[in-house]
Amino acid sequence: MDAAQPITAADGTPLKKKLAQAMFRSKLRATGLVVPLLAFVLASFVFPIIALMWQGVYNDTFERLMPNLTEELRVWDGVSEPTEDMYAMLVADLRQNRADKTIGKVASRVNQELAGTRSLFTSTARKAKKLEPPYKESVIKTKKKWGELKVWQAMKLTNQSLTPGFYATSLDAVQTVDQGFVMKEDKRQIYTKLFVRTLMISGSVMLLCLLLGYPVAYLLATLPLRYSNLLMIMVLLPFWTSLLVRTTAWIAILQSQGVVNDLLVWIGITGDDSRFSLIYNMTGTIIAMTHILLPFMILPLYSVMKTIPPSYMRAARSLGATPTRAFIKVYMPQTVPGIGAGGLLVFILAIGYYITPALVGGQDGQLISNMIAYHMQKSLNWSLAAALGGLLLGGVLVLYWAYDRIIGIDNMKLG
Amino acid sequence: MAQLPPYTTTGERIWHYAFRVICGLIFLFLILPILIVLPLSFNVEPYFSFTPGMLSLDPEAFSLRWYKDILRNGMAAPDAPLSLTWFADTWNNAQWMRAIRNSFFIGICATLLSTALGTLAAIGLSRSEMPYRRLIMSILISPMIVPLVITAAGMFFFYSKIQLSQTYIGVIMAHAVLGTPFVIITVTATLVGFDKSLVRASNSLGAGPIQTFFKIQMPLIIPGVISGGLFAFITSFDEVVAVLFLASPEQRTIPRQMWSGIREQISPTILAVATLLVLLSIILLTVIELLRRRSERLRGVTPS
Repeated sequence: MDAAQPITAADGTPLKKKLAQAMFRSKLRATGLVVPLLAFVLASFVFPIIALMWQGVYNDTFERLMPNLTEELRVWDGVSEPTEDMYAMLVADLRQNRADKTIGKVASRVNQELAGTRSLFTSTARKAKKLEPPYKESVIKTKKKWGELKVWQAMKLTNQSLTPGFYATSLDAVQTVDQGFVMKEDKRQIYTKLFVRTLMISGSVMLLCLLLGYPVAYLLATLPLRYSNLLMIMVLLPFWTSLLVRTTAWIAILQSQGVVNDLLVWIGITGDDSRFSLIYNMTGTIIAMTHILLPFMILPLYSVMKTIPPSYMRAARSLGATPTRAFIKVYMPQTVPGIGAGGLLVFILAIGYYITPALVGGQDGQLISNMIAYHMQKSLNWSLAAALGGLLLGGVLVLYWAYDRIIGIDNMKLG
Repeated sequence: MAQLPPYTTTGERIWHYAFRVICGLIFLFLILPILIVLPLSFNVEPYFSFTPGMLSLDPEAFSLRWYKDILRNGMAAPDAPLSLTWFADTWNNAQWMRAIRNSFFIGICATLLSTALGTLAAIGLSRSEMPYRRLIMSILISPMIVPLVITAAGMFFFYSKIQLSQTYIGVIMAHAVLGTPFVIITVTATLVGFDKSLVRASNSLGAGPIQTFFKIQMPLIIPGVISGGLFAFITSFDEVVAVLFLASPEQRTIPRQMWSGIREQISPTILAVATLLVLLSIILLTVIELLRRRSERLRGVTPS
């Protein structure tokens, strides 16, 4: 046989090629199984979120509805006195928007940039039909505010459809025409404080979960299986119980006429008229969230602790370590992967929490998600909601990436 | 309980029992809130707290009034005599009944969709020849990680544009997406222990890929598929944020109804519903546990 001759399969094609074909086919088969779900998730989940994020940097309301003024504002330098042409175009656009009934949208959009300008637009639009040239004079006559430079600057900023402005607002900064970004004064900073509070509450919830989850996981992992299976039900039942049921239960327990306060009054720790306010504030949020997220800490810790042979501890003891020392030096280091997995998972879930803070959080127990929902449903400043969501999502994705790097999402276990 | 070895010192003994007491308290913290809604739901008064009568176990202080309210609230003629028309009235008009119907309908449809797609994907992902495995896996798991408000807001805009918001299909799709990570995680976990040589044996005996799948693979992974499905179901059954953003009053589910109940008029009817939901989760948990044992038996793992 000639050595240069390639080895062939039964049908005469080279084996190398045949193997590559087979590999390709099996790759295709595997991909074919995944594609339906991937397409579904991309279309109904990933794409909508990308579209939402786009709204956080792009808002063309003003440019679309005020086309004539847009042209003028583009060439205006932002600091000189507004010209007669600009006022004329303003009047033209206001008339059009009044006719199309879209003036409300324009007014709200500029109002997001400079509060208190809503009525300026709606009332002048009402009179726009009757205004006569010279427009500068007649417009300022309807509302004195039209002569102010900052109104025009706000319009120039709103005119920019692709804008970093909403992200700036999310970080408590203000975009200006001439000075770039300026931080708001300390008293008026809302969002940065809310982000800090969200991180603080999530951090406390994570630490509390670790504090409460570690001993329980240890007990479950060291008890014989027939006992631990029974006790495991106590962990899994809350895990399987509706979030709203658990939140309702905490309202019943923690409210001022609730079980805990009744008990405390009965024991005599506090008087009937000085009951503790344990709910509708940050305390309520932290207690309820700790309870709800605790199983997410216990389960990964348990599955790691289960793999640690008990003989290690005995070996450490026989070598002269005290129980405490053996625990800290031998047992604890081996549970670090579990602590990492549980802690990260609890933290990731906590910073995006919405339902529980909304129901039991009161004023100071609200998280960033609640603010996003507020801008989505109440103030209808969707671009700001998208920008706040973008910052939150960015944080979550970094943590998720870390989770995947450190623990690997394949190793996530449920129950 | 395990016997303490004879060499333990007094201090260790004290710590040993103290530790158990601490753990007992933590278990109490976990389970008490769930158990406390049970007696409260039988309260005769419209309060969320124990009345003196309840504490002294006075039978007068307990009633089924809030359970009846689940059936009656919203009915056209709640005081009509019990008859078929009364039940038809409940079924069609009572607010909670509609929520219960919606929850089951949406939950079951979403579960079927996510279990079917999720199982196939998990099988594909468990094959070593799958390209970009890690990236795809992390995309498919992400619905569990991304804050629900962001998911719901994104879906709200997108589904409104394609006329799916305020429809059953929109809510079902949203819930199906949220349920798939659980299906993938549980099915993948079952597949990890799957012996690949079984597939090869089946192939060498002349079975085609489809026959192999249904006769060999499916029976072995079915416990994982069912528990994944139950996870997906409970996810949909418990989901409220997407419903808040996407659903019209027509698609109100149980959690949505509870949400407005807690926010607007807090009545013990919520506690009665909560009790029923706790019972449901006990049933589901039992099913999952039985499935897990069966799966362990099938794979030859015996509990010690």
